[in-house]
This record gives sequence, C-alpha cells and structure tokens, in this order.
Amino acid sequence: METVHYDSIIIGAGPAGLTAGVYLARAKAKTLILDSGVAGGQMILTHEIANYPGIESISGYALSNNMRNQAKKFGCDMLSGVSITQIDFESEIKSLSLSNGKSFSADTIILATGGRSRTLGVPGEANFKGRGISYCATCDGDFFQDKEIAVVGGGNTALEEAVSLTKYASKVTLIHQFDHFQGFKHAEDEARSNEKIHINLNSRIVSFNGEDKLTSITVENLLTHEQYDIGLDGVFIFIGYEANTDFLQGRCIHLNERQEIVTDNKLQTNVPGVFAAGDALAKRFRQITTAVSDGTIAALNAMEYINQKKQKEAAHQ
Amino acid sequence: MVLPTPLKHVETADHLNKIISENENVMVCCGRMGPMCIPVYGIMEELQEEYKHVDFRDMLFDSPEAHIIRNLPECSSFMGLPFTVYYKNGKVVAATSSIQNRDQITSILDKEFGK
Repeated sequence: METVHYDSIIIGAGPAGLTAGVYLARAKAKTLILDSGVAGGQMILTHEIANYPGIESISGYALSNNMRNQAKKFGCDMLSGVSITQIDFESEIKSLSLSNGKSFSADTIILATGGRSRTLGVPGEANFKGRGISYCATCDGDFFQDKEIAVVGGGNTALEEAVSLTKYASKVTLIHQFDHFQGFKHAEDEARSNEKIHINLNSRIVSFNGEDKLTSITVENLLTHEQYDIGLDGVFIFIGYEANTDFLQGRCIHLNERQEIVTDNKLQTNVPGVFAAGDALAKRFRQITTAVSDGTIAALNAMEYINQKKQKEAAHQ
Repeated sequence: MVLPTPLKHVETADHLNKIISENENVMVCCGRMGPMCIPVYGIMEELQEEYKHVDFRDMLFDSPEAHIIRNLPECSSFMGLPFTVYYKNGKVVAATSSIQNRDQITSILDKEFGK
C-alpha cells in the first residue's frame, strides 16, 4: 500500500494536538492528526470549562468540536479511532503504520497523546465496570441512592467526590494506600467531618467480588497484611492519571519513570524532529490552557525544523 | 427532549419500537452529556459511514420515555452510564454499561451485525 507523506504528523487530537494542527496547517504545512479515540481528548469529558480565557463558560464537548472544526478548516487531515502498529521515528523521514493497513511518513512528529484515568489493575475491575465500578461520580452517583459504596484514592478528586457521593450513598468508605491524604487540607477536613464517610488508610483493594454485579471487595491492610471483605454495591476509583505512552515504551523516545515524555525547552524529544505537547509531557501542571500552549510551541518549533530541513535540501541540489 | 449530538435520536418508547421493527440492526446509546457517554456518541458518529447497515441512535437517559431501555432485563444489573443496547430484528442481542472504546463497540457490531 502507498505511503502518504506529510510535513508533520500529530499523534493525539486533544487540545494540544488540535492546536498544533491549527498552527501547522495555517503555516501551510501538510498536516495529519491521528487519534485512537475521538477528537477532544480528556477535554471532551469535561462538563463545564470556565477558565479558558475569552470564553466565560463552554462545555468540553463544544470546545472540542470547535477546535476540531478549526483544525479541519485550516486544512488538517484527521483520522480518528485508529491504532498505530509500527513506528520508525529515528530515521530522518519518520514513518508509522496503522492497524487498518495505512502507512504514513513525515518530516516531523508531534506526540500529543494525552493521559487517561489510572485503573487499579485488580482482579474483577474490568468485569464490574458499569456494574458497580465507576470512574465518574457525576455520571453514576444516582445509581447508588441509599447504598453503601467505597471511594479509592487520596487526592483532591477522591476527597471531593467522596463528599459529593454522600448526597446519594448511605455510607462511603474512603480507601487509600498511604497513611495520609495528598489533597488540600480543606478537602480532607470536609471529608473527615462528614459522618457518612469512613476512612481506611494504609489499605488497598485486592479483589472485586460478585456475579452479575459487584457485591463486595476484599481489602488488605498494608501494615498488618490482614485481608477482609466489605459488602457494598459500588466503588468509585479516583487515583489520578497516567500518560498514554504505552506504544513508546522500549522505543527510542526518552520517557521518565512515570512514563511521561521528556523534552527540551523547544518541546523536542531526544530524537530530532520528534516533538511532544500536552498531558503526556513530563511536567507539573496539566490544564487545557497549558496543553494549548504546548501545542503552539511544539508546532512553531516543528515548523522551524521543517523549514531548516527544506533549506538544507535546497542547498544540496 | 433529545441529546444535543449529531446522531439520530430516539424520542419516545413508541419511536424506538418503530425503529427496531423497521431496521434489522439498531444500536441505541442511552445516556447524558457526561464524560462516560460523550466518547461513545463520538465513536458512533464516526462508525456511521463504515456500518451503513446499522441504524445508530442515542436517547436521553433522563427522559421518562427511556424506561424502555432502563427497564430491559438485560440492563437490570447496570449501574453506569451509558446503557448501550444492540437490537437485531427487534430483539436485544447485546447490552453494555458504562464507557466503551471503539474496539469494544466494533467487536459487538461485527459479531452481532456483521461487517
């Protein structure tokens, strides 16, 4: 099958990737944006965005569609729902293949693969998703009216959602692996003062149990290694995010110990011509605005790389 | 009351009965505009071109008319949005709860409705 060449291929269609696409396409670079899901990334999952400058309030769904349409309007090609099966980023001409058999090459790559909610990876977790296990309190909280549930995690999201879920549940057991919470003091104070919330620190879930739906969990006390069952109807898991870099592990791109992409101040990775942007980067703050900023910087530097490469090629002719 | 998506909607229980009586293959995603539901609508929107023999629809979970999905025996153990139901010749052949990715959806479509 024919390999189609682009000036730049962007992997990921969240705010970082779409912004990079807008900048590259406006600069007349032939640009392809690939995504394993749908355009918008985690932004599409946000109910209301109220801190995007210039827009008082907008849904993540609407902002995602606006960014996608803007990137397309400027001339980006886009392929959604694709999976990458093979990559060669080390050569001067980068190449990749998709599971549908299509192959592409490019002078530059921008990795904007974003992040995803971390899962526990405990037996039963996949089976009971939607049958007792949830990752979204606002979506599924009302299924647990007057029922006993657990919340897993120790950050702000876990603490805040545990409090929020007491609107529905008769009892919320907050389970966290460490001996202290990582969230803000006020969030912890609010959780601790709520009489419906019971706190199990130094604990982890070792299995989810039930048949058609979740009926209990087995918990291990990490200090005594004692295991015990808690009968309940639901578990909400809020244990942070991880970078979508599975397909880069063991490859040429330098990742840190958290499997996040390491770059220089031009957002270029250790491989010339390969840039990165957004939540998959090794960085502290992850916001839509920071992703948009990363996408801009990565695109402008990729454009400079493409122009320098073309000038060198012209000089050799 | 319908969801603000580009998909075709199911408006009432009678409407759904009509759709499944007139179409061999129907997929209905019943949810809200929330983080677990929106990605499924997006995937359905993109699959419409590829699966022209399937009628893709969404339905507002909070509509009283959505009892036709909520009260299905196949959904009795569901505790996560969206409820997604696949009908062949008017009968439920598969149902899932909570967010599903493209591969999970296409594997059901391919198995139940063919490519």
